[in-house]
Order: sequence, then C-alpha cells, then structure tokens
Amino acid sequence: MRVRLRWSKHGKIRFCGHRDAARIWERSVRRAALPVAYSQGFSPRPRISFGLALATGQESVAEYLDVDLRLTPEEVLQLAPSLPGRLSAVLPDGMEVTAAAPLQGGTPSLQEAVTWCTWEFALAAELRAAAAEWVDEVRTASTLPLQRERKGRRRTSDVRSAVGGLMIADASGGSVLVAELGTKPWAVRPAEFLRLIAPPLAAGGVRRLHQWITRDGERYEPLAPEAGVLEPAGCASAPARCRAVPAAHSCAQ
Amino acid sequence: MGVTGSLKHVGSLWSALEPLLDQVQRPARYIGGEEGARVPEHSPHKVAWLLCYPDSYEIGLPNQGLQILYEILNERPDAVAERAYAPWGDLEALMRRDGLPLFSMETHRAASDFDVLAFNLSSELVYTNVLNLIDLAGVAVRGVDRSADDLLIGAGGHCAFNPEPLADFVDFFVLGDGEEVVGEITAAVAEHRSGGRRETLGALARLDGVYVPAAYEVTRRGSSTAVTPRWVGAPDTVQKRTIASLGDWPYPKQQLVPLTEVVHDRLNVEVFRGCTRGCRFCQAGMITRPVRERPADQVRTMIAEGLRRTGYDEVALTSLSTADFSGIEQLVSDTVVPAEDDGGAGCPAVTVSLPSLRVDAFTVGIAAALQRARRTGLTFAPEAGSWRLRQVINKLISSDDLDAAVESAYSQGWRRVKLYFLVGLPTETDEDVLGIAALARRCVELGRRHVRGASVTVSVGGFVPKPQTPFQWFGQNTVEELRRKVALLTDDLRHDRGVKLKWHDPEATLIEGLASRGDRRLGAVIEDVWRAGGTFQEWSEHFDYDLWLEVMARHGLSVEDYAYRHRSGSETLPWDHLSAGLHKDFLWQDWQDALAGSGLEDCRWTPCYDCGACTGYGVEHVVASAVPPAGGSQGTGQNLGGPGPVPVALAIPERLAGVS
Repeated sequence: MRVRLRWSKHGKIRFCGHRDAARIWERSVRRAALPVAYSQGFSPRPRISFGLALATGQESVAEYLDVDLRLTPEEVLQLAPSLPGRLSAVLPDGMEVTAAAPLQGGTPSLQEAVTWCTWEFALAAELRAAAAEWVDEVRTASTLPLQRERKGRRRTSDVRSAVGGLMIADASGGSVLVAELGTKPWAVRPAEFLRLIAPPLAAGGVRRLHQWITRDGERYEPLAPEAGVLEPAGCASAPARCRAVPAAHSCAQ
Repeated sequence: MGVTGSLKHVGSLWSALEPLLDQVQRPARYIGGEEGARVPEHSPHKVAWLLCYPDSYEIGLPNQGLQILYEILNERPDAVAERAYAPWGDLEALMRRDGLPLFSMETHRAASDFDVLAFNLSSELVYTNVLNLIDLAGVAVRGVDRSADDLLIGAGGHCAFNPEPLADFVDFFVLGDGEEVVGEITAAVAEHRSGGRRETLGALARLDGVYVPAAYEVTRRGSSTAVTPRWVGAPDTVQKRTIASLGDWPYPKQQLVPLTEVVHDRLNVEVFRGCTRGCRFCQAGMITRPVRERPADQVRTMIAEGLRRTGYDEVALTSLSTADFSGIEQLVSDTVVPAEDDGGAGCPAVTVSLPSLRVDAFTVGIAAALQRARRTGLTFAPEAGSWRLRQVINKLISSDDLDAAVESAYSQGWRRVKLYFLVGLPTETDEDVLGIAALARRCVELGRRHVRGASVTVSVGGFVPKPQTPFQWFGQNTVEELRRKVALLTDDLRHDRGVKLKWHDPEATLIEGLASRGDRRLGAVIEDVWRAGGTFQEWSEHFDYDLWLEVMARHGLSVEDYAYRHRSGSETLPWDHLSAGLHKDFLWQDWQDALAGSGLEDCRWTPCYDCGACTGYGVEHVVASAVPPAGGSQGTGQNLGGPGPVPVALAIPERLAGVS
C-alpha cells in the first residue's frame, strides 16, 4: 500500500542535495520503524519514489514522496494521521512532514503527474521596482527563448507556454516574486527562469511553494482527492482542493 | 598566505558563511547538524576543544578516534568539544577573501573561541593541511611565535609516534589511547592557563603519554639524532597511554550520522583494539598492543542500539583483524538476522562488513553468514607474493590458507575479491614480486570453479618503513625501483583478463617515507611546501611531487638520507625518546629474525616473548577465547583447519630460526 507524504525543507538543511535527502529518508523510515517495503535484487532499498528534484540550496514547503508500506489499506488509513509526527521526530532539523495520505492503486507517479510548480524568489527591498519592470517584460514577451544543454547538445526552445502566473508580493524583510513554472516536457528551473530576459533578475533565496497536477484542465495539489489520494486524512491543514496563484499562495501555509 | 581573522568574530559565523555556501561545491559538508552532534554550552570555566580532522569532511567525519574523544569531552563538566574539518579549496579561497577563520561545525564559532585545537594524524601526507588549518585558525604556524592568548595546538593518532617533522608547529602530542588522557589534559589546561603558555605546556609535559616538543632539544651527531629533555619535569622517554579494558569505554555511544555522503557511511563498532599477529611492516599492530577485545555482549548491544538509533542497514565490525575476534562467526550470523520485532517479512538483513580480514581466519562459516545479507566487497591482504617473503614480514599465511579463504568466498557467491599487496619489502626479489601475479591467477582459477566471470582486483602499495616497527631500520625502495616492480607485474598480467591491477603512486610513497622517519629539520620543508600552496597532498590531483623535491633541495636535505638509507643498529633514531612499549632490543631482534626469514607466533594464544607492551604498562591481553578461531594456520604456517592433510614443503619457522 502506497502512502504520499508532503514535507518541507528549510534552514541549513537546504544545502543538502536531492541524493542526500534520499539517503536521509531511507534512514528515517527505518528509524521510525515503518513497515516499509523493499526493492528486490542485489542491493534491496526501501521503496520510496521521490518527486521532482529540488536543487541544492533551495527551500520548499511542498516536497512530496511516495512510500510503499507492507500494510493493508485499512491499516494505512489508520496509520496515516500519525505519520507526520512520527517521521518529523526522526528527520533532521529543517525537514518536516506536513501531511500524509494513502494512494489509490495505479496512481501515476509524482514524476509523471506533476505539471506545474509555484516558486518564490526573495527580492531585496531596493530591487522591487526593477523586478516589477522585469516581470512585466516577461509577461508581455511573445516568445521566451531558453538556451540549454541536453545530452551534450545545445539547443534553444521557446518556454513561453511553461511560464504561468507571476506576482510580486510583500514579505517580511522585503518582497517576493511568486512564479508558476511548467514541468512538461522539461521543467523550467528557477535559475533558468531568472535569466529568461537579459539582464537576469538578481533574486535571492528560492523556495518551492507548490507542486500541481492537472486534471480536466484544473490544477490540484498532489494530496487532493483528484490526485488519487484515497482519503486526505492527514491533510487537515490544507484544503483538499487548491487552485492556482494567488488563491493557492495561502493554502500550503 | 595572509593571516586571517582580522575581524574579531563573536558567536556564530553562520550569517557570514551562509552566502558563501551558495557558491561552493557540496555545501552540505559545512552545515553540521548531524544526528549525534552535540551543541555544547561554552563557558569561561570550561576548556573548549576544537577537534579537527585535517582533510575534507567526507574523509574526516567517520574517524572514530575523534568521535570517541568528542563524546568523552562533552560528557565532562569541565570541557566542551566541537569539530572542524579542512574546508575544500573553493570555500577556503572565499573565507580568506572575506577574512573568515576556521570554524566549528556545531555552532559555527571561530577557532579562536576555543582553548585547544587538536588534530588527528592518520597519515603523513596531511601534514601540510595541518599547517594550513593552524593558519586558517588565525594562529602563528610556529609554536615559538604564539602568544599567551593563542590556541594550544595538539595532535594524536598513529603519526604521533614520530611527530618530529611537526614538532615546530604542534604544542603537544598524545601517544596511544586518548580516552583517559584527554581528561587529564583538560584539567591541566584549566589549572594552568592563567599562568601563561609556558606554564601550561610545562604541566602538559609532565602528564603520562603527552610529548611537548618545546621541552626537548635535538642533538645531531653523525647520522644519529637524539632528542633529550631541556625542561624540568619532562621525562627522558614519553610512554604511550593504554586503556586496560575496551569494555569500560563503549564509545562512540552516539555515532555521528552525516547528512551528506561520506566514506564508510555506516555504523562502526570497534570489536577489539590492538593486534599481536606481529606483522613486521605494520605500525598499527606494533603501537596498539596488547589485544583488548570488547565483551561480545557489549558488541551486540552497541550494534542493536546503533542500528536502531541511526537507521543504518550496514555495520562494520572494526579492528585491525576482525576475523580474529573470539566467536566472530556467531556474532556475524546473529547480526545479519533481521530484528525479531520487525517480523522480518520483506525486510532485508543487516549488511555486515569486515574491513580487515586475515585469510587464515576467514572461514566458509563467516562467508556463509555474510552472504545472507547484501554482499560487500571482500578484501584479503596476503601482503607478499611468496611464502618466503611472508615469513620475512611475519605475515604467516600459507598459500593453502589463501586458497581456502578465496574458495570460501567464491563458493558462497562472491564474484570478485580484492587482494592487497606491498612491494618494496625487505629482501624482496623479482621472484617474490612475480609471485603476486601467480597468486592472483591462482585465485581467478579457483573462482572460476564456482562462478562464471570470477575476477580478482590486485592492489599494490609501495612499502613505507614506519617508526616503532622492526622495519624502522630498513631503507625503502627508490621511486624507480618501485616503478620497475609495478611494471614487472603489469607486464606479467597483461593477458590475464580476470585480474585487475591497481597500484599506488610510487612518488607519493616516497614523500610519505620522508615524513614517516623524518626529523625536526623536515619541518621547514613542510612549511615551505604549504606556503607554496601544497595542501591536500593525499589527493592525487593535488599531490605535487616536484614541489617536494625542489623544497628538499633548497633546504639542502636529501631524499637518500631520509628514505633510502638503511639505518644501523647503533644509531639513535629521532623517535627513540617516544615509546609504544616495545623494547628497542625486541624490535632489533625481530628485524634480525626477519632478515633470517624466521617468523614469530601470535602471543595472544602462545607464551609471552616480552616485547614490552604488556609488561611495561601492567596490562594484558583481553581475549575471550584461549584458542585461535577455527581454521587456517594461525601463525604457525601449518594447517590447523581440521582433518585435511597437513601441507608439505613449507619451511616452518622453528627450523629457520637458527639460520642467520
């Protein structure tokens, strides 16, 4: 039986990369004594599927992973509400599980299903006006060519359709730029986004606020019933159904 | 190199460091926060230790010696301890640019907030890093230039048994086990620090196991180098410290679990300390005597609690020769079984790794127990390619022992084993060297009887004679000679597809040899190599052979004199004032026996031959089993493994003892 978890990463631990986080998770499910299923083969590992990698140095309040447990659906439903507390207790400082819910069989993996991410970029106070202009330029550009290297070949693609809503908002100690960036066919990375229009925007800390799946043209959080979650039992803090920015901005908090 | 620390830093440097971490490789190695890390409360009444491994975090974090002392110090009411590692070059450059000093992992505090900066020295090639870190800490690199408020610089670990090359830079060295003496040092520093640097060092020089180089003067006469006390209270000979029972020190209790990948990333449980197999090239075996086994019950508890606490699924049972641990088969087999309360269903067994295995004690039983979990690599160390040479070095394992061990491994499903050898050993001939190739071929042949595609990885290191061993008088092979021997092997093995040959850089072997038996004059060389940017010399991409040779020449010192020359029995050696308990007479006799090709038995199971390590310190072996573990020749060169035929045509040590 598969369980989906939402977790956050903030503070010093943001300097741990994706592979480091994976190793931390493997140890943590063992420390929490969860009845996790193991892969077969020469070197069995706990069956944990991670979503889209978060780059080293970035924070997030919306990381997800799926873990297979050796339990019946009934047992999992019963266990799910206790998972955030149980896992947060054994995760290192700065990593916390904020929601958990069992998944229906056959639910697509996070890697496949997630179509958009909402990102937040910190802006120094003196940068706000320039950032507003930069954002306007991005919004009104008819094409957004992005040069990147894939398999050793340099190619340019237009990512206009992968740049969604953009918004500048006040935050403690300055302001933030909130941006929706698509993940299909390739994710537009935060660092790539900042250099879509020259000169690049000199934003500071990056944080992932949301990941979204799309169903019938609507976006949902990966822990919403529409995403294949059986019963959003451990998801009490988040509305079951979240729409895109700006309404969504508050729902993962 | 500019002196750093021009800014006075109070409290945590984190806010200054954080923006730099976005610009460097692998920033996770600088954040601390590992499971098991303590965040100690500093106070003027406590002696603050900064324990430093002078290499990168990935290499240094797993070091068990530092982790043991870290816990012992933090448990004391009068001490706090934090850790530091060598920042990689990218971060160091930014730190120097911004005037940031060496910092601790736990509270990111400047090194200058501590009282003692203590290094673990496990290899000679880190010496230039030690100087770099002292400088980065904002302290004068030479002891004589330090002022009253400066940090005390200490060091321990195996290289402390000849610390003379670092004598100008390190204020005190600790010889032997550190568990007890760190407390005594703490108390002495607390009591005397108000009296100034000279008084503190004077007090340290009076502690057993502590060597304060400034308290000694060096006299050179001919090829002899004598180091004698010049301060009142400093002993003529500094004796090492030895804890009588490992069972009294169940450390580390909370092994650090790193948040990023490091070497040996697993639970480590030390099952015994010391080794009396008596391999003559092995400094670790000579300086850590006697054998002190940890009680088996304590080992089991440490494994069970450690796995539960850390979440690791692999445990290494560490020692100098783990297959010699009394009841090893049962221990391994108990450990791999999944915990009962887990139900076992679908949960894989715990992986056990045995980092140092003697082939004559490695049995089918151990192999069978190991293979029930994930198979880790198996490494055996025959060390020499012929029985004759193995008698010279006292690694008394017969080719039957090796066959049996290798066969055990392949028959239990291993497809590849690693064999470790030394070249450049005393009395070595080309025949001995080619014996390595023959052994490797033999192993592949045995392996193919059990598994398709059986292969062997042969690792060849150049031999560096170490102080406090019977081979301390031996002149090491030249770089050219080592190269020639490696070429003999590569040539001989060029058609053997099942054998993969790896070798250690002979140039690095030479530089290691310089420092291994160096004297105080070598300090100037180490300092100049460091000033020219020669850090991280253990890393092949940074190792700068030409720089070392050039600096040696500039100081009028010869490689020949330090590394290639055979020492005579009448010579006073630069480390003769430091003792690991072994009588110099014993070492000399063992050297003569080596040249005569005569072996010596393991004294943990046979009568004492009075090397001095037990009798000198009033300690003795702590071994649960009065007999050797089953199988193998157990130091006799004869097959004691059971009803099988006793091998013939093997010269037994007794017969050769009279030939000299």
